[in-house]
Amino acid sequence: MGYRRADGRIGVRNHVLVLPVSYEMNQVADRIVRQVPDSVTFRNQHGIDQSGDDLRQTLRVYEGFATHPNIHGVIILGWGHEPYDLQSIAATAEAAGKSVELIVLEQVGGMRRAIELGVARTRQMVRDRDAVQREPVPLSEIILGTECGGSDACSGISANPALGVTSDLLVNAGGTSILSETTELMGAEHLLAERAVSREVGDRILYIVRRMEQNAMKMGVDIRGAQPAPGNIEGGITTIEEKSLGCIHKAGHSPIQEVVEYAERPTKKGLIVMDTPGHDIEQMTGMVAGGAQIAIFTTGRGTPTGCAIAPVIKVSSNSFTYQRMQDHIDLNAGTVIDGTETVQQVGERLFQLMLNVLSGQQTKAERLGHREFGIYRIGQSL
Amino acid sequence: MNELQRKWLVMHPKDDVAVALVPLAAGTTLTDLDRGFGVTLRADIPFGHKFAIRTIPKGGLVHKYGQVIGISTAAIEAGDHVHVHNVDSRRARGDLTKGASQV
Repeated sequence: MGYRRADGRIGVRNHVLVLPVSYEMNQVADRIVRQVPDSVTFRNQHGIDQSGDDLRQTLRVYEGFATHPNIHGVIILGWGHEPYDLQSIAATAEAAGKSVELIVLEQVGGMRRAIELGVARTRQMVRDRDAVQREPVPLSEIILGTECGGSDACSGISANPALGVTSDLLVNAGGTSILSETTELMGAEHLLAERAVSREVGDRILYIVRRMEQNAMKMGVDIRGAQPAPGNIEGGITTIEEKSLGCIHKAGHSPIQEVVEYAERPTKKGLIVMDTPGHDIEQMTGMVAGGAQIAIFTTGRGTPTGCAIAPVIKVSSNSFTYQRMQDHIDLNAGTVIDGTETVQQVGERLFQLMLNVLSGQQTKAERLGHREFGIYRIGQSL
Repeated sequence: MNELQRKWLVMHPKDDVAVALVPLAAGTTLTDLDRGFGVTLRADIPFGHKFAIRTIPKGGLVHKYGQVIGISTAAIEAGDHVHVHNVDSRRARGDLTKGASQV
């Protein structure tokens, strides 16, 4: 059950999003959402200092959020000095059939007036969206973002293979699943390239991993300590190769159809690779901007994060973490380690949970109000 | 042993290491008929950590999931704890280009 949007895409949530397109507008966004609790926003770290590919990538994220099928409408908040064409972001959202309001701080006369206007328009949009009803929608229109964070040695044995089962079930039903985290494909890229539908797609996988590795080499640092992270190491993961070989299990066994850039919308269905960093929030933001309506996040250590506009299902890889982090974990795959369930059983249970969440059941991250946001920065602050 | 009640797991026949699925104490002798090894643990193995199921010489490739996960920086005996103190990554090592030695 979901929401059919004017542009043909399917939403699984019906949010009114207050979108600050630069950090200068965070305060305004925050005050609006506090007065209209049924709306959502996030804290933006980006401002007016971007250029080139970096700027284009950031814009792709804003447009991806403004046109996202999980939102009914968007209040775009700008200061007036951003290096992006605010009118054009608004026009793109309108073309996707969204209710849109553009508020430019400088033009409306400052913060007090911007908040007043924003609250009024947000309230109106929330009233309007409440009239939209869920209806049966095909699973083939669903894009799932897969993610693992705070991995431990169990992630590659329990939670990731179980997510792989879920991912394959969705792909077999005609849907789309995104594998990301290029840093965490390092050491396993040859296995993925073999699964690509064409030589070209396989080469692209090898290329994005090489590019990520070269960026790390250029920094002249020892990747150990960052990848695997201290939590990973404590959990028993020794090297990035080992982490990667565990990570790729979450993509199941489906053939890889396409490789897309960060925050880019897939043009094919089935299993897709998106080039993102390993950073949990940046990859989540990229996959959601690329159209993922839902994400499943496996975690060894219990990473407490979520997304403003997409439900995030948390799956723990072991029962210790499940016990410690019950506020955050929706499903425990540690039963595989405990010996009470098989990977297949957990994967099927996870698929069922995903269907329930797609149809409206709230995840723990949603209930807790997790709204983390971060854009993968490929340029330098100037 | 029931597959669902394993206290350790070897992911692939080619592997040099097993993963402890419960904390295992030094001195414990483990026998795995399926994988054909018997080892006495030479250190406590925390939950989720690895131990060697065969000898790996210094500078040898270490396999898990049937793939290379790194290179050993010390001679590893069967039953040793295998982790960052005796295994190094071979990937994205910008520090190596600056002259750091790997092994």
